[in-house]
Amino acid sequence: MKHLLQQISRSGKFVAGFSIFATILLIVLIYPLVVPDPPLEIIGQGTFFEPGIYVNVYDSISAPHYTLNLDEAAEQRIASRFKAEDREAMRGWLVGSGMPESEIDIANTAQLLDQWFANFDPTTRLPGMTNADRNYYIRLNNSIQGLLSTEAAVIAQMNAETAVLEETGTVPQTAYVNVNQVANVRVLPLGTDNFGRDVLTQLVRATGVSLQIGFVAGIIATVIGLALGLVSGYVGGLVDDVIMFITNLFIVIPSFVLLILISFSIGQEQRGAITIAVVIGFTSWVWTARAVRSQVISLRNRDHVNLSKLSGHSIAHIIIRDILPYIASYVIMALILQISSGILAEAGLSILGLGPKTTDVPTLGLMMNWAMIYQAHILGKWWAYFPIIVTIALIAFSMNLMNTGLDQVFNPALRD
Amino acid sequence: MAAERKLCLSGKGVTKVFGLGRNKTVAVDNVDFNFYEGEVISLVGESGSGKTTLAKMLLGLINPTEGEIYFQGEKRDLSSHRKKKEYWKSIQAIFQDPFSSFNIFNKIDTVLLDCIRMRGGGGLPYEQKVAMMTEACSFVNLKFAELTNKYPFELSGGQQQRLMIARIFLLKPKILLADEPTSMIDACSRATILDMLMQLRDEIGMTPIFITHDIGLAYYVSDTVYIMEKGKFVESGSADEVILRPKGAYTKRLINDVPKIYEEWDLSTV
Repeated sequence: MKHLLQQISRSGKFVAGFSIFATILLIVLIYPLVVPDPPLEIIGQGTFFEPGIYVNVYDSISAPHYTLNLDEAAEQRIASRFKAEDREAMRGWLVGSGMPESEIDIANTAQLLDQWFANFDPTTRLPGMTNADRNYYIRLNNSIQGLLSTEAAVIAQMNAETAVLEETGTVPQTAYVNVNQVANVRVLPLGTDNFGRDVLTQLVRATGVSLQIGFVAGIIATVIGLALGLVSGYVGGLVDDVIMFITNLFIVIPSFVLLILISFSIGQEQRGAITIAVVIGFTSWVWTARAVRSQVISLRNRDHVNLSKLSGHSIAHIIIRDILPYIASYVIMALILQISSGILAEAGLSILGLGPKTTDVPTLGLMMNWAMIYQAHILGKWWAYFPIIVTIALIAFSMNLMNTGLDQVFNPALRD
Repeated sequence: MAAERKLCLSGKGVTKVFGLGRNKTVAVDNVDFNFYEGEVISLVGESGSGKTTLAKMLLGLINPTEGEIYFQGEKRDLSSHRKKKEYWKSIQAIFQDPFSSFNIFNKIDTVLLDCIRMRGGGGLPYEQKVAMMTEACSFVNLKFAELTNKYPFELSGGQQQRLMIARIFLLKPKILLADEPTSMIDACSRATILDMLMQLRDEIGMTPIFITHDIGLAYYVSDTVYIMEKGKFVESGSADEVILRPKGAYTKRLINDVPKIYEEWDLSTV
């Protein structure tokens, strides 16, 4: 046993796979302790907020202000609100309105803005311009108003009696707040999803739930497959024929189709994460059963099994003590593969909308489903689907690495 | 002596067929035999002659396709696990390859304790069991104190085969089927093992049946010899009769295959 563990720990592939898997597991266990928010809580009003640090504007006004005179501040302010594509669009409008193209220099911000404010008229409709184009130019015009101003922003409060705005303070352009002194700052490393939920919190919880589904499905599939394989392989005869008949029936029905049908017939309301796991487990034991059976058949005529028979041991004793230990390594590898394929099966089902019900817990498949329905991939909202794909890939990859590593330990012919 | 000979194992028309149709192999072909108590019997034949298949049928590990096997003159009944267990109290085996004979996950203690339990000694106090195991081990020149908590695969081939004999010592069966017990073992251990088996035979009064390809060994140990070729007995009789005055061509060939130490030994090459 000690020797075996030593060999396993020396297998680079197993160690690499195990480290990835352990890291994922640790994050799943520790993250909820650090960020105890409910994963399905809707925090954002609106869809797909970009990843970043969100600083409360109201709190930043009341936080202590510091004056920093930084040269590039004005430039960066203009650059962030006045992008190259906007400049291009402005040139297009100006040329369309009859200005010679040679007079326009889009690199010269001050001149371009002067020309724009002198010529732009929101009521003008250029030839070939759609309504959407016109609205875009009106929005652009509003956003660059006062871009070059150096005046401070005024903070005003409405007097409750007279309903008149009274100035309570000003915020000069050189005013800064220290983020640490702002009462409310929320980091959204992966932004929000289509419902305005924190993607990272949801992803961590979903990984945990998907792993649970994988484990339950994998263990159910392995236990059923192992039991049927052992009995059918060792007992043989009529029992073998009956079990193999059932197994072959399941083999010719594609298990994913069966999974879809069962999942569909259960109905949305009854489909919890564990129900789905059980359904996956009950449809994926087939190849484990066949593989275990063939291993047992090659073992049942070995001398040590004959010796055990001659020692008067019962069939159950022989199967458990003389056959099972010899195929244990194989069964562990099959279990690992079943877990990883269980996670993938859940993701597949959920993408089709047949996964666990959406109100309980997130799963990796459900998150993919939501991202797909709300067209995150078309809108370029990568944070809503890419991290999920990476997580699924990492889990499956780490488990397959562990499996290959174990295979090399248990099967000396495969060692490098 | 002949008058009071008691049958221990006999067979009528015993046949074993593997496969069907074109792949059909007749491993044992309609053989009759009468093994008597107290004799040392040898089944001799080349590999593939069906001797191991016959041995497995005698042990009740596989069922004959046709024919009946009689135990002590009565039809053998192996229909339930209890009856099989009862039968296996009377007949035991030693296999050819000691390295694959033991479950590698069981300790030596487990192997020996199983035997004590099978003889109905499961409820004995542990000290008494240890005494029995120590006695069995010392019979085969092994020290139980050194073996306890070890695994069989930690021993050498010869030691493992001796452990197998210790097992037989504890089980005290009426019949012992020894299937090539010495073919995987070096020549020195070989004589030791054969001597131990013969000593054990005298001690517990069992009937050993040797299964071997080595006609020299058969002559060395046995009273009665059965020569087997392609699933049939081609010659049988007392060892002297069969080996010193062979009738069949096959028997003569088997005898000629044995290297003669005292003849044609060319010392110039040494």
